[in-house]
Amino acid sequence: MSRSTGRLAVLALLLALAPAVGAARSEWSGNISLEYRAFVQSPLDPRQHGDNLSGAFEPRWFYESDDGRDSLLFEGFVREDQGDAQRSHADLRELLWERVGEDWELRVGIGKVFWGVTESQHLVDIINQTDLVENFDREDKLGQPMVNLSLVRDWGTLDLFVLPGFRERTFPGIAGRFRGPLPVSTGEARYESADGDRHVDYALRWSSAIGEWDLGLSWFRGTGRDPDLLFAGDRLIPFYPQIEQLGLDAQATLDSWLWKLEVIHRRGQGAAYWAATGGFEYTLYDVGGTGLDVGLLAEYLYDERGGNAPTPFDDDVLAGVRLAFNDEQSSEILFGVIQDLNGDGEVINLEASRRLGERFKLELEARWFRDTRAGSLVDSLRADDYMQATLGWYF
Amino acid sequence: MKTRLLILLLILLPLSAIAQTPEERGLEIAREADRRDTGWGDMQATLEMILRNRRGDESRRQIRSRALEVEGDGDKTLIVFDSPADVKGTAFLSYTHATRPDDQWLYLPALRRVKRISSANKSGPFMGSEFAYEDISSQELEKYTYRYLREEVVDGRKTFVIERIPQYAHSGYTRQIVWIDQEMYQPLKVEFYDRKNSLLKTLTYHDYRQYLDRYWRPARMEMVNHQTGKSTTLLWKDYRFRTGLRPRDFDRNALKRAR
Repeated sequence: MSRSTGRLAVLALLLALAPAVGAARSEWSGNISLEYRAFVQSPLDPRQHGDNLSGAFEPRWFYESDDGRDSLLFEGFVREDQGDAQRSHADLRELLWERVGEDWELRVGIGKVFWGVTESQHLVDIINQTDLVENFDREDKLGQPMVNLSLVRDWGTLDLFVLPGFRERTFPGIAGRFRGPLPVSTGEARYESADGDRHVDYALRWSSAIGEWDLGLSWFRGTGRDPDLLFAGDRLIPFYPQIEQLGLDAQATLDSWLWKLEVIHRRGQGAAYWAATGGFEYTLYDVGGTGLDVGLLAEYLYDERGGNAPTPFDDDVLAGVRLAFNDEQSSEILFGVIQDLNGDGEVINLEASRRLGERFKLELEARWFRDTRAGSLVDSLRADDYMQATLGWYF
Repeated sequence: MKTRLLILLLILLPLSAIAQTPEERGLEIAREADRRDTGWGDMQATLEMILRNRRGDESRRQIRSRALEVEGDGDKTLIVFDSPADVKGTAFLSYTHATRPDDQWLYLPALRRVKRISSANKSGPFMGSEFAYEDISSQELEKYTYRYLREEVVDGRKTFVIERIPQYAHSGYTRQIVWIDQEMYQPLKVEFYDRKNSLLKTLTYHDYRQYLDRYWRPARMEMVNHQTGKSTTLLWKDYRFRTGLRPRDFDRNALKRAR
């Protein structure tokens, strides 16, 4: 928190200086949202909270120079949570200077980067740490200090990353939901490297679009983003090993079919292993001339470590439907089930969103954990079925 | 007998060359319109999209658009949404192709994710409007077959009336009737007929202005859906041509930078 505050002070200084640079184009935007989560069951641990109210503020600002060559980007995040002190947190998602050259781009600062193509999970995506306390679906990410040089050439784009400084994963606190029987003690995190969270990581990625193929090959060496959780009596302690990871992501866009594949090979976290996600999304567009798009998704999730994997998705199948109404309010519904093929259980996911007027957006989310086998990873969430409504105001 | 046939053929040949079929005439007009609109290089503009439902309730979207002319292929276009606020920064990149399917990417700013999307979505509404994706994509000559119908006067202006039939897959239309201004060689009106061949929508173009002494662009487009009673107005502002855009301004990195 204090680290973030310090960074915010630096930002304030930069903003104060910005007008002196010459206001070519700069703009504020962002959103304020109120979220209510209702839980179906009482928690497994009486210390965990019940129904929960939470509010978040996400301001964004950018400045772009006259010629568009230089940009400064800022994105902040602050949440105040009723039930979980760990979920009340702030983060500097982005504070990035970007310079664009003829066939290169340079980014320096704190940034967010996404790699990958699949929907059920993002194996290849490794630059940013997961802000797990936000949502256990792992879609939210923490800002990552970086120097990123992109070389944009005919044969594709080569991204080189130097990542000084590591961000620890956030975890729900003692009072938080979506945790196992034992809370994770983030203050006691341990590292394989003697440099701890100051270890400098490196990454490379080549990406290109060749005809109907979008391809990416990536390499990462440094502090693993997924910690091992060490048993320490009444709590778990995260341990961050030094890893090396190779990644491949590919999508073939063939008419109404999107074929997707992500594969990683990781060394340094236990025995070397492979993991993969692959599948398709097939969309029926403008069904019956109503404007409705019906997308059918199926993905297979594999992890070579099987039952020993720290992820529940070692041998699982996702089946889902995405409805996009393409109406004035951009109404959308996504329904999916991830089923473990070895009987560990299933996760049912429902997400819906709709714009209200010009500035509000209502989002609904519900997740159920069903038929969980005692001792499995999903089983630790068996009492965390929830329904959530988020109302956001955008400016 | 044979010589007589030959003589007859020799007499008829020049005639048939002059008397064009309606298809040839239609293609000729479309080709001329295409020829006159070639060479603009690159273009930037801002747009306001006003959606109206049957009751007349309005909602507005602000969009920035830029396009690059590509020799021997379809244009490259990049569209950025400034509003509604929740989709601000969402950007859409399209490489149009004359005969094979277009390449399209969507940038989702909240996730920093560039998604390659299917271009099979032709007939679906663009941003909840009455414009379908196929209505806003660049109109390459090879995308249709043409047939000349007649001449007609529209709002005091002489037009060629042409029927064109989409040749690309997944179109929501059996045919379109286009009124092309004889002076500007630009459309004044288009009627869209749905898959059941009933009149679905009418698009009209208003307040044309000429840029670079050559290229005509409308300041306003009105699309009316006759079956739902909904309509969409497109207001074009700040047309700028030959601003020095390059292919680099239309790559996937540029999509992320569009803001």
